Amino acid sequence: MIPTDDTADTGAAPESGYTFGYLDEQTKRMIRRAILKAVAVPGYQVPFAGREMPLPYGWGTGGIQVTASIIGPDDVLKVIDQGADDTTNAVSIRRFFRRVTGVATTERTAEATLIQTRHRVPETPLGPGQILVYQVPIPEPLRMMEPRETETRRMHALADYGVMHVTLYEDIAQHGRIATAYNYPVTANGRYVMSPSPIPKFDNPKMHDAPFLQLFGAGREKRIYAVPPHTSVVSLDFEDHPFQVQSWERICDLCGADDSYLDEVIADDEGSRLFVCSDSDHCAGRRAAGYRGPRADSQAGVALTDAMAAVKREHERDRPAPPSSEEMGP
Amino acid sequence: MTALCAARLDAGAAGDDIPLLRADGVTKWYGARLGCAGVTFDLYPGEVLGVVGESGSGKSTLLGVLSGRMPPDAGGVHYRMGGGADLTDIHALPEGRRRLLMRTDWGVVHQNPRDGLRMGVSAGANIGERPMAVGARHYGTLRGQAGDWLSRVEIDADRIDDRPSGFSGGMQQRLQIARVLVNGPRLVFMDEPTGGLDVSVQARLLDLLRDLVARLGLAAVIVTHDLAVARLLAHRLMVMKDGRAVEQGLTDQVLDDPRHPYTQLLVSSVLQA
Amino acid sequence: MYVAVKGGEVAIDNAHQALAEARRGNTAVPDLTVAQIREQMGLAVARVMAEGSLYDPDLAALAIKQAWGDLPEAIFLVRAYRTTLPRLAVSEPVDTARMLVRRRVSATFKDLPGGQVLGPTFDYTHRLIDFALAAEGGPPPPRAPEADRPLDPAMPRIADILGAEGLIEEETPGQGETGGGANAVPDLTRQPLTYPAGRAVRLQALARGDEGFLLSLAYSTQRGHGNSHPFVGEIRMGEVAVEIVPEDLGFPVIIGDVTVTECQMVNQFAGSKTVPAQFTRGYGLTLGYNERKAMAMSLVDRALRHGELGQEAPAQDEEFVLSHADVVEASGFVQHLKLPHYVDFQAELDLVRRLRRATAEDEGNAVRASEAPT
Repeated sequence: MIPTDDTADTGAAPESGYTFGYLDEQTKRMIRRAILKAVAVPGYQVPFAGREMPLPYGWGTGGIQVTASIIGPDDVLKVIDQGADDTTNAVSIRRFFRRVTGVATTERTAEATLIQTRHRVPETPLGPGQILVYQVPIPEPLRMMEPRETETRRMHALADYGVMHVTLYEDIAQHGRIATAYNYPVTANGRYVMSPSPIPKFDNPKMHDAPFLQLFGAGREKRIYAVPPHTSVVSLDFEDHPFQVQSWERICDLCGADDSYLDEVIADDEGSRLFVCSDSDHCAGRRAAGYRGPRADSQAGVALTDAMAAVKREHERDRPAPPSSEEMGP
Repeated sequence: MTALCAARLDAGAAGDDIPLLRADGVTKWYGARLGCAGVTFDLYPGEVLGVVGESGSGKSTLLGVLSGRMPPDAGGVHYRMGGGADLTDIHALPEGRRRLLMRTDWGVVHQNPRDGLRMGVSAGANIGERPMAVGARHYGTLRGQAGDWLSRVEIDADRIDDRPSGFSGGMQQRLQIARVLVNGPRLVFMDEPTGGLDVSVQARLLDLLRDLVARLGLAAVIVTHDLAVARLLAHRLMVMKDGRAVEQGLTDQVLDDPRHPYTQLLVSSVLQA
Repeated sequence: MYVAVKGGEVAIDNAHQALAEARRGNTAVPDLTVAQIREQMGLAVARVMAEGSLYDPDLAALAIKQAWGDLPEAIFLVRAYRTTLPRLAVSEPVDTARMLVRRRVSATFKDLPGGQVLGPTFDYTHRLIDFALAAEGGPPPPRAPEADRPLDPAMPRIADILGAEGLIEEETPGQGETGGGANAVPDLTRQPLTYPAGRAVRLQALARGDEGFLLSLAYSTQRGHGNSHPFVGEIRMGEVAVEIVPEDLGFPVIIGDVTVTECQMVNQFAGSKTVPAQFTRGYGLTLGYNERKAMAMSLVDRALRHGELGQEAPAQDEEFVLSHADVVEASGFVQHLKLPHYVDFQAELDLVRRLRRATAEDEGNAVRASEAPT
């Protein structure tokens, strides 16, 4: 019997016809074993027998399988894509988990016990009780230099990583600086060179010696890797060209934050631009606390704020009444 | 006797009498076909051994086994690691240690520079790869080193950011040599280093090689079918035929007074040509 | 005009409704039934079952309906559904020598025990659009005539006949696939693909692989990219019994029949002075009637066997072929490019601007060499 595409979210219990978390229990155990191995050997890519999920490869099937195998009924889940809770893919994945687990979901970084992400690490620092699950398209940091897995596995085994610095050298020689802006390779625990997933290098420092567990799932490539809490994560660089994160000469047009990763939004057909926090929860939280950016009251700024608020209201409507602490906004 | 040879004998007189590399009955089969058999010799620090023979005589197979890229079926290859006096069986080393050896103490110069170069990155990155592989992390130093080595192999320093795909065959070969020599190996294996080059380009490369080998005090095993190359570069010669070493000795001695009939044939055919 | 940049749950719901409406098409036209698809689009159903690796014609037909006729999407639906199913038992190997044959042809022998059985095939049709089919509600086609005599129950496989004379290499289990019992065969759907894959895993990957991709690779081997000099030893299609051995019984029981297509490709001989010359095999097997796929699979299988000795052509390169053969993986990853990449693009945009600024400053500095920087 095929589960029907019933759109009614009960929000309290998984929809009938599904196992909790979609995956059968044997599959979850298999994935948990892979996760345990990954945690034991930081940065090492553990092959696992990834299953086909009802979302396409490339949409986060690895992260979804990791989340599905560790999520429990008491978890509070947050899903972001590009830092935002309101992007379509984040909405779709969050909805999937609500449907197959019935767990509570949130947009507040601080409230979440489990955060699945594509392309960002939240601005709000995570704490010891939280787990960050990254969606990974290409887990192999050596892939673009060496397409053959038989060879890259050997290079990892022997820590034969000279070729990584060759590419960085070449960047500096050709561009005057390291021209890798995202998916910037790191060394985990002083041993394995690892892809941080396509997060901007702005986020790399947040991975280092972090108090929270970081899990990485690559569904199509069928690899899981991990960075346990308080593990060193060092971005590759040269002594005289040290790793540097992006910085902006501007601040968020909506909330005025000067320390967050900014997305550029083309605001109208004249090509005028807004720079706004990519982390929608961070931005909304600051605005709720009364912070205002330089263009918060402009026509484009108001329109954007309204659109984000509307999406958030839909999310609130689409689930049981939240505790009052979740109320937000002016 | 060449001047080089005299220099080597001086070094020997200084007391460096432990071999750097020892081949002990090296034998390799390809199924039922013999690659090489029972090859035995010692190579001392700063010494250049030429391995000559026609194609199919097993000299490239021998080089593959000596340089650790191919395991022997019998016999062994032993190397004096670090500064110690002990000889280590290189084929018994874990692959990681052998790889490390290959990019520090050893170097391999391939006949086709495309096999030894990364064609997709600049000349500077090619020279920097080995130092970076063993931990060099200062861009400025790497760059200075690359520029220095380009000039030592007579390539214009302006070409440092150009890819070798735009280089002539002779320049590619010189770049390959710079890439191998940059982190000061003690032993270099060369497979027909002048093969495939024009005669005038060959002469220039040979001069350069002879000069570098002497100045750096390198030990080398050079495989060549060209007796002129061997005479110019090698202190000692080993003549191979059908997978076996038929004659060994000082270069001048082997070429001027060949003992084995095959060597006599080889030498006389060169003289006639 | 304000440009909408944020997607919401309502937008997604609306998109789903738009899809449902588009999929249904003009409601004045009757709804397709799943039974109609199963019965009248049987080859599409067969492909979805084969690449979906799930033998269930009803489910495959429903997936085709739900997928708006897009077969890779239908395959994806079946695969995702497969994930929710437990593995209850491992069957015995099906015996294609005991197939209830509906089609069986050989290109290597004019006649052979059991004869050539053409069965339902496009092979000798003229590809002329049959406008008579456009007239709906006509009488069904007459039943195809029955043969004068029943098919020979003993219909040995050509490969077995050649094998009895030692003319073709034996099929030997690969490393780690001996030891008896069905559990000795690795299961690609339960363990990750690693390299070198081994023949059993490779055949599984090919059986699930994208028909178009394998077809092109097979074609490339015929055009000199990995020559294999093939002959169709035999293609057979029909029903085989699936048997399992329940633990408490200890003997096999039949749990049902499945339609399969098998292709044995006989390839150039190998041999030397000491080893007598023998033909080699390429093998293809698919769920359902998928003749093109089975043939392509057998060519690629043979090409990959050559690859064991050293890669030359793309079709001989195991990692290249197996890593890119799955239509669900390929379709997903290619299409994921339409997901938002704002953050990464922003990072690149920022970098390009900085590089352009640095270039402009260099030029400016050259012009204003004497000016102090501000």
